Amino acid sequence: MRNMRPVLDVKELIMDFGGLRALDNIDLQVRDGEIVALIGPNGAGKTTLFNCVTGMYEPTNGQMNIYPEGKKSLKLNNLKPNQVTQMGLARTFQNIRLFQKMTVLENVMVARHCRTKTGITGAVLRGEKTRKEESEIVDYSYGLLEKMELAQYVNDLASELPYGAQRRLEIARAMATEPFILLLDEPAAGMNPKETQELDNLITKIRGEEKISILLIEHDMKLVMRISDRIFVMDYGKMIAEGTPEEVGANKKVIKAYLGESFDA
Amino acid sequence: MENEERSLFIKSLLEIRKSIFISLWFMFLTFPIMVIRIKPLDRTIEWRWMNLVYVGVGTFLLSFLWSYLMTRKDKSGKEEEQSWQKRIGQKIMSDRRIYLSGLVAVCVFIIVFPLQFSTYQTSIMITALMYVMLGLGLNIVVGLAGLLDLGYVAFYAVGAYSYALLNHHFGVTFWMALPLGAALAAMFGILLGFPVLRLRGDYLAIVTLGFGEIIRLILENWNDFSFGPSGIAGISRPGFFGMQFNLHQHTIYLYYIMIVLVLLTIVVVNRLQNSRIGRAWIALREDEVACQAMGIDKTRTKLTAFALGATWAGFVGCIFAAKTTFINPASFTFMESAIILSVVVLGGMGSIVGVIIGALILILLPEYLRAFSQYRMLVFGASMVIIMVFRPQGIISGIRQRYKFTPSTNQEAKE
Amino acid sequence: MEYFLELFLAGLTRGSIYAIIALGYTMVYGIIELINFAHGEIYMIGAFTALIVASVLSLLGLSGLSLFILAGVIAVIYSAAYGYTVEKIAYKPLRQAPRLSPLISAIGMSIFLQNYVLLAQTSDFLSFPSLIGEFGFMEPISHIMRSSELVIIVTTAVCTVLLTMYIKFTRMGKAMRATAQDKTMAMLLGVNVNRVVSVTFIIGSGLAAVGGVLISSHLGQINFYIGFIAGIKAFTAAVLGGIGSVPGAVLGGFVLGLTESFATGYVSSDYEDVFAFGLLVFILIFRPAGILGRKTSEKV
Repeated sequence: MRNMRPVLDVKELIMDFGGLRALDNIDLQVRDGEIVALIGPNGAGKTTLFNCVTGMYEPTNGQMNIYPEGKKSLKLNNLKPNQVTQMGLARTFQNIRLFQKMTVLENVMVARHCRTKTGITGAVLRGEKTRKEESEIVDYSYGLLEKMELAQYVNDLASELPYGAQRRLEIARAMATEPFILLLDEPAAGMNPKETQELDNLITKIRGEEKISILLIEHDMKLVMRISDRIFVMDYGKMIAEGTPEEVGANKKVIKAYLGESFDA
Repeated sequence: MENEERSLFIKSLLEIRKSIFISLWFMFLTFPIMVIRIKPLDRTIEWRWMNLVYVGVGTFLLSFLWSYLMTRKDKSGKEEEQSWQKRIGQKIMSDRRIYLSGLVAVCVFIIVFPLQFSTYQTSIMITALMYVMLGLGLNIVVGLAGLLDLGYVAFYAVGAYSYALLNHHFGVTFWMALPLGAALAAMFGILLGFPVLRLRGDYLAIVTLGFGEIIRLILENWNDFSFGPSGIAGISRPGFFGMQFNLHQHTIYLYYIMIVLVLLTIVVVNRLQNSRIGRAWIALREDEVACQAMGIDKTRTKLTAFALGATWAGFVGCIFAAKTTFINPASFTFMESAIILSVVVLGGMGSIVGVIIGALILILLPEYLRAFSQYRMLVFGASMVIIMVFRPQGIISGIRQRYKFTPSTNQEAKE
Repeated sequence: MEYFLELFLAGLTRGSIYAIIALGYTMVYGIIELINFAHGEIYMIGAFTALIVASVLSLLGLSGLSLFILAGVIAVIYSAAYGYTVEKIAYKPLRQAPRLSPLISAIGMSIFLQNYVLLAQTSDFLSFPSLIGEFGFMEPISHIMRSSELVIIVTTAVCTVLLTMYIKFTRMGKAMRATAQDKTMAMLLGVNVNRVVSVTFIIGSGLAAVGGVLISSHLGQINFYIGFIAGIKAFTAAVLGGIGSVPGAVLGGFVLGLTESFATGYVSSDYEDVFAFGLLVFILIFRPAGILGRKTSEKV
């Protein structure tokens, strides 16, 4: 039985944009080692939830906490995005936001920033410690690229990569920050079935080998049903259902929200 | 074949017709200002019809050039990356003999220069080197971190006035003032940077411009502090173990100091570029949102860039005060910021070699084309527009050194 | 009390000029999100053209109000033409480029135009005839307010009203509003975006020329450098009121004009420009959207 300890806990989250309530009392938990999917029609507020959790928006109300292993819980409210990442929660973006003019390797190396220390003096003097840290950054990044099967592109510019590889690079980059929770925003968008299957394996591998819990937003129902331990369903800013894939698939409210989309896995 | 020839003929006729219209338009447009001239002294009007002819002919020819360059620009796009200078650059780098002999020749030239040429020439070279340093400093802010600073001259002024005032009131020497001026400039950088760095690109540009002007105006009007528009004179030159130099020797001395400082700057900037902080800056410039999501503190990173850039301006400010021994607020106008910005932009943002070449061209060319010096600013403005339209990446496109990873030796080599 | 009124009216006058120039800035920014650095130079060229034309016409025997109006109209036409040309050369090719490029191009254009006038004319201050004679009915208050001040304020008000009506009621005005909100969508709906941009520049430049002619007649002299300072201040006004907003530009202009007038009148006249720049910096730091502006946020 997997550890049922929560790693991410969102309680009564409310997000108002002027008169529009984008998130209406959202409750969501991700437990240690889980793959949780967040689904819902476009405009339901899924990415808004991500943006609140990662510190990009300041929620109007509600609590967000994370629970790193062996330490006490940390409140995510009022943290800046880089602080959230430092705490161990990383994310990818719906529209790929790679650093286009940097190489694949450099993209991953940048993400090591919050786990390394060299400052200006170190950079200028290039002493023993600095060189050692640089070497470690390169090794770690390259190792990560190998795991993600991107090693062949190591010196190519991020903009030159094929689409599927770019998406994998986004994930690799997020993983370089050594998170214990990974938020994936539509990782399978634009992928063909073969690529989606590879993504499936990748995500499972990340959960299994790297021991990272995953929360993903997805529209590809086949993938969602296959891979998720639990699913949360949102519609018009509200959480309308929650449960295992089977439970959610049978839920009338969910079916209604998707206007009859079938859930055959 | 006849049809092809005919359509080609018609096309050229249309081109000529277009150019004639353009030429007529410009003749109309510039008529009042170019042809009619009001003489301020005797209140008469001078009619310069020849100008009309010049404008007509000139724009007629230029319009052909313009449309040719436009079509080339629209077509080329990505292929430009493998352009001629990159190939030349790679060829030079790869063939060791050419590279080394070239390097030696340049070194010898640099070292021997002041001994062979006049004081005046050396002085010009010093100015060029100063702009190289300024350009490299601003490059950190604009080229690497992508923050458009139009008020860079403010830090330049801080450095210059620090030395001038310390020297005037307390007799502080150049060597003591150099780090002090730079530190003060850095402090100003942090102070000014703090409130403004969260602003978006255009707004940041205008705010920094505002700051630059405010500093200049304060220097101009706060007579008690800065001696106002008359400035500060009699600033000491850098000393060399108390030896007495004449002007020529001072200039040579300053030249060598500049060479050393520029070399240091190149090394430091290069190292910064290829370090953890350098990568953070580039990521910041590429995509601020993603950069933050990857754990980089955007405010701190921006402030660091801003402050470091300011530090360099501070250094050069001290040098400027020492070189000219007289400073006043008129040297620190927005135009200065614009010139330094041009050095970076025209030379190639983010590229050290580009900035050096940009500074040398921008400063040396007008000096050697003294005959046309009154057109200097005109050409300057025009080239900014032209380069942005046709070659926005600058002369040397930012051929940034990328990490080239060679897994076999497990050591990185830079390409 | 009289002093206060004097300052107040002087402030309104200044503010009118800032407002009318600011209209050009704000419209252009609203449409293509570009700070048209060269706009101040268009204003300056308007003033110079008016002076040149007036000088020539006066040699031909014209004088008084007809001279003023004719010179003014020609100046407006020329400024509009300059604005149109500048856009075509320096900004249109850069519409897809990253934000930095057109900004630098604008700075370059500004420098070019300044030096163009400098070289073609002179660096001296040229005296500009006061073409607006004192009106009879102004006699009783002529010690507080000059006729030219009245003309400036009234002209600005009229121009603003006309512009607002134009934007609100004409087809082109609607197209301008649509383009300002969403350029791509407007294009997809059949709006000729290039034409809209050109018209925006033409109108903005024409207005700047009106301001140039009026204030030069009021101050009595012009010089190739007046564009820079007026440009920065007018831009401050535009930002102050909320960049992209026409009423905002006018409001900002008056706020800036009055602030400057009272500050120089009661505090110190040396630091006049510092007040303007200081206000600019202050606004951009604490409320970049301006008084009437709307906050825009980036979609993640």
